[in-house]
Amino acid sequence: MGGAKYAAEFELPDMAHAVLVQSTIAAGKILGFDLIAAKAMPGVLVIITPDNAEKLHNLKPAQQKVTYPLLQNADIKFNGQHVAVVVADTFERATAAAAAVRVHYRATKAVTTMDQAFSESVTPKNFSNGRAKPDSQIGETSPILPSGTLRVEQIYTTPIEHHNPMEPHATIAHWSGEQLTVWTATQGISGAQKALSSLFGLKPQNVTVICPYVGGGFGSKGNTWPPAVLAAMATRQVNRPVKLVVTREQMFTSNGYRPRTVQRIKLAANPDGRLLSVRHDVKTQTSMPEVGEFAEPSALITRMLYSAPSIGTSHRLVQVNHGLPTYMRGPGESSGAFAIESAMDEMAAALKIDPIDFRLRNYAERDPTADLPFASKALRECYAQGAAAFGWEKRNPAPRSMRDGHMLVGMGMATSSYPTNRMPASASVHLTADGSALVRSGTQDIGTGTYTTLAQVAADELGLPLGKVRTQLGDSRLPPAPVSGGSMTSASVVPAVQAAAQGVKAQLFALAISHGGFQWQSVSPDVLTLIDSAVDGPAGRIGIGQLFTLAKIKQLNATAGAQPAPDANDYSKHAFGAQFVEVRVDPDLGIVRVSRWVGAFDCGRVLNAKTARSQLIGGIIYGMGMALFEETRIDRNTGRITNANISDYLVAVNADVPEIETIIVDSIDPISNPLGTKGIGELPMVGAAPAIANAVYHATGTRIRDLPIRIEQLLA
Amino acid sequence: MQNFSITSPSNLPAAAAAGQNSDTAFIAGGTDMMQLLKNNVITPSKLIDLEKLSLSEIKSENGVLRLGAMATMADVAAHPVVRQNWPAISRALLLSASPQVRNMGTMGGNLLQRTRCLYFRDTGFACNKRAPGSGCPAIPGDSRDLAILGTSPHCIATHPSDLPVALMALDAELELLTPEGTTRRMSLSKFYRLPGTTPHIESNLEAGQIITAVILADQAIGRLSTYLKVRDRTSFAFALVSAAVALDIEDGLIKNARVALGGVGTMPWRVHQVELALCGQKPSDRVFELATLRIGEGAQTTEMNAFKVKLAQRTVVRALQAISA
Repeated sequence: MGGAKYAAEFELPDMAHAVLVQSTIAAGKILGFDLIAAKAMPGVLVIITPDNAEKLHNLKPAQQKVTYPLLQNADIKFNGQHVAVVVADTFERATAAAAAVRVHYRATKAVTTMDQAFSESVTPKNFSNGRAKPDSQIGETSPILPSGTLRVEQIYTTPIEHHNPMEPHATIAHWSGEQLTVWTATQGISGAQKALSSLFGLKPQNVTVICPYVGGGFGSKGNTWPPAVLAAMATRQVNRPVKLVVTREQMFTSNGYRPRTVQRIKLAANPDGRLLSVRHDVKTQTSMPEVGEFAEPSALITRMLYSAPSIGTSHRLVQVNHGLPTYMRGPGESSGAFAIESAMDEMAAALKIDPIDFRLRNYAERDPTADLPFASKALRECYAQGAAAFGWEKRNPAPRSMRDGHMLVGMGMATSSYPTNRMPASASVHLTADGSALVRSGTQDIGTGTYTTLAQVAADELGLPLGKVRTQLGDSRLPPAPVSGGSMTSASVVPAVQAAAQGVKAQLFALAISHGGFQWQSVSPDVLTLIDSAVDGPAGRIGIGQLFTLAKIKQLNATAGAQPAPDANDYSKHAFGAQFVEVRVDPDLGIVRVSRWVGAFDCGRVLNAKTARSQLIGGIIYGMGMALFEETRIDRNTGRITNANISDYLVAVNADVPEIETIIVDSIDPISNPLGTKGIGELPMVGAAPAIANAVYHATGTRIRDLPIRIEQLLA
Repeated sequence: MQNFSITSPSNLPAAAAAGQNSDTAFIAGGTDMMQLLKNNVITPSKLIDLEKLSLSEIKSENGVLRLGAMATMADVAAHPVVRQNWPAISRALLLSASPQVRNMGTMGGNLLQRTRCLYFRDTGFACNKRAPGSGCPAIPGDSRDLAILGTSPHCIATHPSDLPVALMALDAELELLTPEGTTRRMSLSKFYRLPGTTPHIESNLEAGQIITAVILADQAIGRLSTYLKVRDRTSFAFALVSAAVALDIEDGLIKNARVALGGVGTMPWRVHQVELALCGQKPSDRVFELATLRIGEGAQTTEMNAFKVKLAQRTVVRALQAISA
C-alpha cells in the first residue's frame, strides 16, 4: 500500500461488510424475497430489503443527492438496481450470502433503449441545475438563405459511457452515539454531508465525511450515490462499522454514466465560408422520472463556439429504464463537441476551405448567445501554435491522399472549449514557530494534485520552502469548499488559501512591527516581505521563530473565504484549445491507430506545470477512449448491460497512446479569478473525439458519425 | 464466489483420481478460473491444483516439441525452438492477454479457457452453456463478438483463445492421462466439440482426464508460419478475428498450406477449403484473395457480426502475404 490512504483502506475495530444485491429485470415489482438460505449462511448479520429498510427523510432528489434506489419501495426501474444489502462479518461471507438471495419479481414492459421511445421525448425540468435553459435562439429561427448556400445536416450519436475510475465507489460508515462518520470515495465531502444528514434526518454537524484521497472520479463521485447511503443505513442497523465496496460490475449501475446522445446538426454557410445559421438539437437519455433526471447538455458549447447570425439549440430527454445518468468528464461539451466539430469539418470539406481557416472565418469575438465579451480568449494562438507544432501545413486536404506504406494517413483537428467555473470556498492557514505551515480546506484531491498546488500557493505567499508546508484536505470538519467538479477546484480554493495565507502574513508583519524593537515601530507593513522563513524590511530581518518567541505565541491562524467577483457575470468565461491528430488506418482491416497528437490550450495561468500536463494528457487519452473504444452495451431484450467489466468495456491501453505534445499558450484570465487560472480537468477531453473522427475521414474518405469508431464501420 | 476447498496433489494418478468427482475442477494458472469462480459462473466445491505435478517442461528432441501442460504462456512464447520452428505459436501467445496473465497462464489452461460470451459470464442472463436448457439470449442480443462458424440455435459462443488456433493449424496433438493411469494421444482437431444441442460440453476430455502435454511433430509446416490478430484495441483484448497460417513452399509453389481462424468459430476453426485452394498455386495476392473467398461458406451471421466474414478473409490474406513476401 502506498502513502495515500483511500476510503476503503481505513480499518475500524469490529467492522462488518456489506454487499449489494441487484435486480435482473429492468421494470416491474419485487413480489418477495427468499432469504432462508442466505440468512442461514455463516457470519450473516442482517439482510436489508425494502421490507426492513430504514425509512429515510427528504426523498426529493437534489444536487449531489440521489434518492433512488434506496430500498424505500418494491419498484424496479432498471436492470441492476439495488434490491438488497447483505451484511456479514467478512466480505467473503457477505458475498457468498448475497449470491444466495433469491428475488421474485413481476416484470412489466421496459423501455430498454432510447430508440424504443425516441418520439416520446420530454423537456428537461431542471436543465443544468437551473443555470441554463434547455433551448436557445439568437437571430431568426429559420432564416431565409440565399441561393448558393451550402448546407450540412447530419445526425451524430455518442453511446452510453461509464467513468470506470480505478478506485471503485467505497464507503465505511460508523454510527456511534448520535454521530455518523463516513469514509467515502467522493468528489464532494460537503455535498455528502448534506445529503446524508438530510436523508437520515440528522443535523449536518452530526455527520462527518472523510475522504483524504480519491482514486479517480471523472464525475462519477460528484453525487452521493445510493451505496454510500446504504452503508450508512447498514451501520445504523447493525451497530458496527460497515464497509461497502461496490464491485466493478455493480459500478455500471450504481453511480451514473454519460447518457447516449442523438444530436442533429444543421449548418448553413455561404460560399465564402461564413456561417449563416447553426442548429444543434440534442436528444439524450435519462432514467424514469421516479429515479431522477439528468440532461447531458451537449449543445451548450454550440451556443458560444462560433459566430453566426442565427444560432439555435435544444435539449430533449428520452426516458429509459436505466439508472440515473450523471456528469462525466466534459459533461455536454465532450459529446456536443463531437457533433458540432464533426459538422464543422464536414462543412469545411464541402466548402473546400481548410478546417482551421473555416473556423477562423467564424471566430467568435464575443459569446454570441450570451451576448457578452469573453473574459479572455486565446483560441487563435491555440490554432496557430498547435498547427505549427503539428505540421498542419503538410496536410494534403484531399481525403485518402496521404499514405505511409500500406497505411492510410489522416490528419484532423477540432476546437476545444470548457467553461471557467468558480464557487465560494474557504480555507485556513496555520503557522508554527518552527516555520512550518498547515493548510486546511474541506476540498478533496481527486488525483489532480490539489495537495501540492495548495501547499505551493501557501509556501509562495509565506516565503517558506515547499517542504515546510503540509496540506490537510478531505474532512467535512475543515473549512467548507465546493465539489471537485467542473474543473473549478483551483479557481475556487486557491484564492481562499491565498487569502488565508495573506491573513497569517499580515499578522506576522504586525508582530514584527510591534515586537521587532525600536527600529521596526515606524515601518509600514506595505514595505515588508516574507522571504526564507523571515520577515524582511528596512529595519532588518527577523526569523519567524524569533518573532514567535518575542511575541510569546505558539501559532498564527487565519481562516478566509473567497468567492467569485460580482462583475464575473458580465463576462462569458471559457478555456479554449485546439486538438491536432494524426491517425493511421489499415485500408483492408479497418484498424485505426492514433500516431501523433498535439494539443494547444488556452487554460489561463498554470500553477504547476507537471500536474497540468498530467491532466492534459489524461484528458486527451480519455478522449481517445471516447473516440475509439468506450461503449456500454445493452441487451435490448432485458435492458441489462452486457459488458459491465473492464475486460469488455474497453479503454485505451498504453499501446494505443502515442507521444502527446501539449502546448499551453500564454494567457492569463484577469476576470474569472484573482489567479488568472481557467481550469484544466475537462478541457483536454473536449474536441479529442471529433479530431480523431475528422482525421479518420481525411485518411479514408469515410465519415463516422456514430461513436465509438469501429472496425466494421471502416471495412469498405 | 462460493466456498470451495483446494488440494495440491503431488503426483498425477492422485490428481486424476481426485478429478473424477463431478463437483471438482482442476485449476492451473487460474487466470480464467478465478474470474469464473468470482462471477459464480462455475461453483465447484473442490479445486485440484495442478501446480505440483511437474508438467511445465518444454522439451525439443529429434524435431519433436513437447510443451508441458503447465508450461506458462510466457515461457513457451520466449522459447528459442518455438520461435524458430513454430513462430505462429510464439506470436499467438505474445498477442494474448497481458504480460501478467502470460506469466501465470498455462498451455493446458489456455486450451480450456471458457468463452468470453458476455451472456455466459453474467449469471443475470440465461445461457445454455452455463445453465443447460435456459436459452440463448445472445443470438437475438449483443452478438458482435460472437461466432459465425460452428454455431447452433442453442449457442454461438466464440472460443476465445489464440494458442489453439495456431496449434490447430500446425496439427498439434495432445497427450492425456486417464484416471486409470494410461497415457493417450489425441489430435487437437478431435479435441473440441461443436455446441449442437449440448453447448455445455466443450471438449472430448472426460472426467478426471488431465492434459499433460502438447506435442508438435511436423516442422516442415511450422517454420513459415505466423499469427495475426485483429482486435478493437492494440493490446489486452480478445480477437474479433485472428488467423494462424503456415505455408510450405517448394520451387515457388505452395506444396502445403494451413489456415485456422480465431474469433469466428465456436471452436478454433481450421479452414481446409482455403488450404486446398492454395495448394499447388504460386503465392500471389490474387491467389490468396480467391482462396479466402471460401471462408464464408457455411457462416451463420447476425446483423452485428456479419462483418467478420469479410474481416476474416482479409486477415488471412494479410497473414499469407506476411509469410510469403
